Amino acid sequence: MSAILHLRIDGIAVEVPEGASVAAAVARATRSFRQSRHGMPRAPLCGMGVCFECRVAIDGEPHVLACMTAAREGMQVRTHG
Amino acid sequence: MAEGCEVLVIGAGPAGLAAAATAAANGARVALLDAQPRAGGQVWRHDIAHGASRRARRALRRIAPVKRHFGMRVVAADPGARTLLAEDSLHAREFGWDRLVLAAGARELFLPFPGWTLPGVTGAGGLQALVKQGWPVAGRRVVVAGSGPLLLAAAASLRAHGARVLAIVEQAARDDVHAFARKLWHWPDKLAQAARLRMALAGVPIRYGAVVRRASGDSHLQTIDIDCDGRVETFECEYLAIGFGLVPDTGLARMLGCGLNDATHPAIRVDALQRTTVDGIHAAGECCGIGGMQTASIEGAIAGHAAAGNEAGARALLPSRDRARRFADALAHTFAPGPCVRMLADDTTIVCRCEDVTWGELRSFDDARAAKLATRCGMGPCQGRICGAALAELLGWSWHGHPRQPLFPARLSTLAFDSLATFP
Amino acid sequence: MSSFDLIVAGAGIIGAACAQSAAEAGLRVAVVEPGAIGGGATAAGMGHLVALDDVPAEFALARHSLRLWQAWAHQPEAEFQRCGTLWVADDEAGLELLRSKAARLSAAGMIAELLDTAALRDAEPALSHDVAGGLRVPTEAVVYPPRIAHAMLTRVTALGGALHHGRRVVSLDADGACLDDGTHLSGPVLVACGCDTPALLPELLMRPRRGHLVITDRYPGWLRHQVVETGYAASAHGDAAEAVACNVQPRPGGQLLVGSSREFGRAESAISPALLARMLRRCFRFMPGLARLKALRAWTGFRPTTPDGLPYIGALPSRHDVWVAAGHEGLGVTTALGTAQLFVDLFLGRAPRLDPAPYAPLRSVA
Ligand SMILES: Cc1cc2nc3c(=O)[nH]c(=O)nc-3n(C[C@H](O)[C@H](O)[C@H](O)COP(=O)(O)OP(=O)(O)OC[C@H]3O[C@@H](n4cnc5c(N)ncnc54)[C@H](O)[C@@H]3O)c2cc1C
Ligand SMILES: Cc1cc2nc3c(=O)[nH]c(=O)nc-3n(C[C@H](O)[C@H](O)[C@H](O)COP(=O)(O)OP(=O)(O)OC[C@H]3O[C@@H](n4cnc5c(N)ncnc54)[C@H](O)[C@@H]3O)c2cc1C
Ligand code: FES
Repeated sequence: MSAILHLRIDGIAVEVPEGASVAAAVARATRSFRQSRHGMPRAPLCGMGVCFECRVAIDGEPHVLACMTAAREGMQVRTHG
Repeated sequence: MAEGCEVLVIGAGPAGLAAAATAAANGARVALLDAQPRAGGQVWRHDIAHGASRRARRALRRIAPVKRHFGMRVVAADPGARTLLAEDSLHAREFGWDRLVLAAGARELFLPFPGWTLPGVTGAGGLQALVKQGWPVAGRRVVVAGSGPLLLAAAASLRAHGARVLAIVEQAARDDVHAFARKLWHWPDKLAQAARLRMALAGVPIRYGAVVRRASGDSHLQTIDIDCDGRVETFECEYLAIGFGLVPDTGLARMLGCGLNDATHPAIRVDALQRTTVDGIHAAGECCGIGGMQTASIEGAIAGHAAAGNEAGARALLPSRDRARRFADALAHTFAPGPCVRMLADDTTIVCRCEDVTWGELRSFDDARAAKLATRCGMGPCQGRICGAALAELLGWSWHGHPRQPLFPARLSTLAFDSLATFP
Repeated sequence: MSSFDLIVAGAGIIGAACAQSAAEAGLRVAVVEPGAIGGGATAAGMGHLVALDDVPAEFALARHSLRLWQAWAHQPEAEFQRCGTLWVADDEAGLELLRSKAARLSAAGMIAELLDTAALRDAEPALSHDVAGGLRVPTEAVVYPPRIAHAMLTRVTALGGALHHGRRVVSLDADGACLDDGTHLSGPVLVACGCDTPALLPELLMRPRRGHLVITDRYPGWLRHQVVETGYAASAHGDAAEAVACNVQPRPGGQLLVGSSREFGRAESAISPALLARMLRRCFRFMPGLARLKALRAWTGFRPTTPDGLPYIGALPSRHDVWVAAGHEGLGVTTALGTAQLFVDLFLGRAPRLDPAPYAPLRSVA
């Protein structure tokens, strides 16, 4: 059995198995990853790093692709939704 | 100084893995780059619940002698100096090459329809990719829609992860799909694959000649309306996984000056040995045209042989490549998006998701550049990868000029990389 | 009927502004543009409305234009944002420049506030602590030039003007202009072809001066003013083969537009990685945090540059009824409105509101 990682998504504690993406962790806490230019909620579309709809802030760094980033223990993730 | 190698392969899907392994087997010093944190590309994306398929494991074992750089995205290229600039989450690095193999793959084609920007509406391959990396779908209601065999594969993966697949909504007509299926005996392995998928999807209704008219919900997806021969059916679901096939990824090739073909969604032009129009640069897999995993593997091997100077090895694979390509062509013909999916957007439907530009704002323009300057369509972080492909399909606009760096959003410090050593 | 009171060749910001002023003055105008409206230098630039003050004639034209830009401040297509300019210096020479600039701007009636390091930190937290002083010009603004050119052309056609889009002026004759599809338009011609002006008027010298820009993702609040180092004016007015200066602009949506570079003798639009790197490192020196921000795209554009850096505005005495408005280097967005007003005044024989002598096309012909 793989290890369990603990992350915080907008302050909410979530657990994911090792190897999961940050997107998978965020999905456990909220449905909206970011707000569009005109304030509409958005979430992953492509799952493969081309649409940029999954952008979140990870450990203070904004605009990181959640679908392309592997979850790590202790990550603090902020969505903009 | 750039890190050098004899053969540099971009993309670690089936094509790139085969190219890297084959070039290394021919004795070349090989490096392999991919933006994803792990090898596998789209089909062999590591599944954290189910592990890798046998084929994928075999392919991964064969790259043991190859120097690997994963989580590294190529963001700029200097064809004159034969260098690429790439970055990972922390650093920028420059790579040089004697021979380059582009195996950048493809991305899904999304066509805008009312409600497609709601959270819960994803790509078909998109949701599959997310789920393989732990996105929770167990017990969730999902409708899979769009066009092509990827829908079946995606539906099967989603089911294997516990999703309740309510229906598959295919835009192609039933008769066309069945006529195609009757030809499958030409490709026995495909026949077996189809049978396996049918079993995995037992009990899932498939609607042919049907389209999703609308996705609705407050802040996330709640219902979708399906139009099947004029009859409207409504499904309540948490996810709609929808894609209309794939388009080749040619950004890096264009930056390097490689010629493309003249398809609606152009692919990199290659000769029998997978050579592009630029000396020393090969391309393989879906960036040279949508052809599936098997075509990609064969093309990768041809490119790997050719890049390492083993032309005989490359030529020996040509018959199997041609056979695989024939299958791909038949497939593309059957599932080509029909007129009904081109008329889904209304004037308030967002087309450019990055900049929130609507169909109503765009449809009066004559070409992509004029529309872009006036509306900012295609100027956001995806740089027209999503809306540009949709507009190429819907209006025939070409978005395929010479791309500027960075190919993907990159840190300014990466673009300020001290490259004077290699760019005199 | 293909006879007009004025035929404008080129729909960059200069041609579009002149066409609009002429149409508003009641003239029957035709505009000829082969590419996208505002798709030349106008689409490639920063759209900073700024009064560069060290060359008197340029200062006069810019100042006058800034007043005219007021009319666009509330038009949505202008994307007008009064962010102000913050001139910054990190050495003694720069501080001296700030003081003389403050004096010149104040003398011309513009608000200009010298900021000490504490006030600077407050105004712009992203600045390096090595930045020793600043000068804030709060009334200056940024706009989005290609959309403005588009809006100007919409106004021209609404007033009955004719747009020959996708067509190019291939030659001028005694009676007007010939287009590439064989059409002949008769009437006085205004050449507003930016860098391409010498193709129609070979007697006018013009060099394209290449510049690099980078646009970032959105970082709302990261920067408030357009931050320009004092060395920028020297790079703009100097004649160096290659120069860079820190010039960073906050776009209304939170994106940052990062410049600037200047090169002569480069005709290709491809990016020079080495110069781009040099330009960015110059900017990091003033704003170290920039290095971590994400760039969406880099591109180059060409500034139409005359030998003395001032635009050509007026009639060509050597030709019959041929006029020019071109050569605005890196300030053509700012000076477009003043240029248009000056041109129409001269064209209609009205008393010009500015002394036209410094911009007389003849000065370089002589
Ligand atoms: C104030 C201001 C703000 C701007 N903001 C932005 C901005 O936020 N984002 C932005 O991109 N530009 C922005 N621009 C840039 C500007 O509109 C053009 O890039 C500029 O006109 C230069 O034109 P060009 O010839 O380089 O490219 P374009 O007119 O853009 O034509 C190049 C063609 O190549 C295609 N292309 C380029 N790169 C790729 C790629 N990686 N993959 C696929 N196709 C590609 C494009 O879609 C396009 O069709 C801004 C300009 C200004 C003045
Ligand atoms: C990197 C960069 C940054 C800049 N930053 C700023 C700034 O912050 N503030 C500022 O005020 N200015 C700035 N500028 C300068 C400004 O963009 C230019 O001075 C201005 O856009 C020039 O406008 P134009 O109409 O003369 O030229 P263009 O916009 O180039 O227009 C000329 C038009 O003529 C057309 N044409 C050419 N030949 C023919 C023909 N034979 N017949 C018909 N039409 C023809 C072309 O297609 C083109 O559309 C910058 C420029 C650059 C390159
Ligand atoms: S979901 Fe599209 S980039 Fe991450």
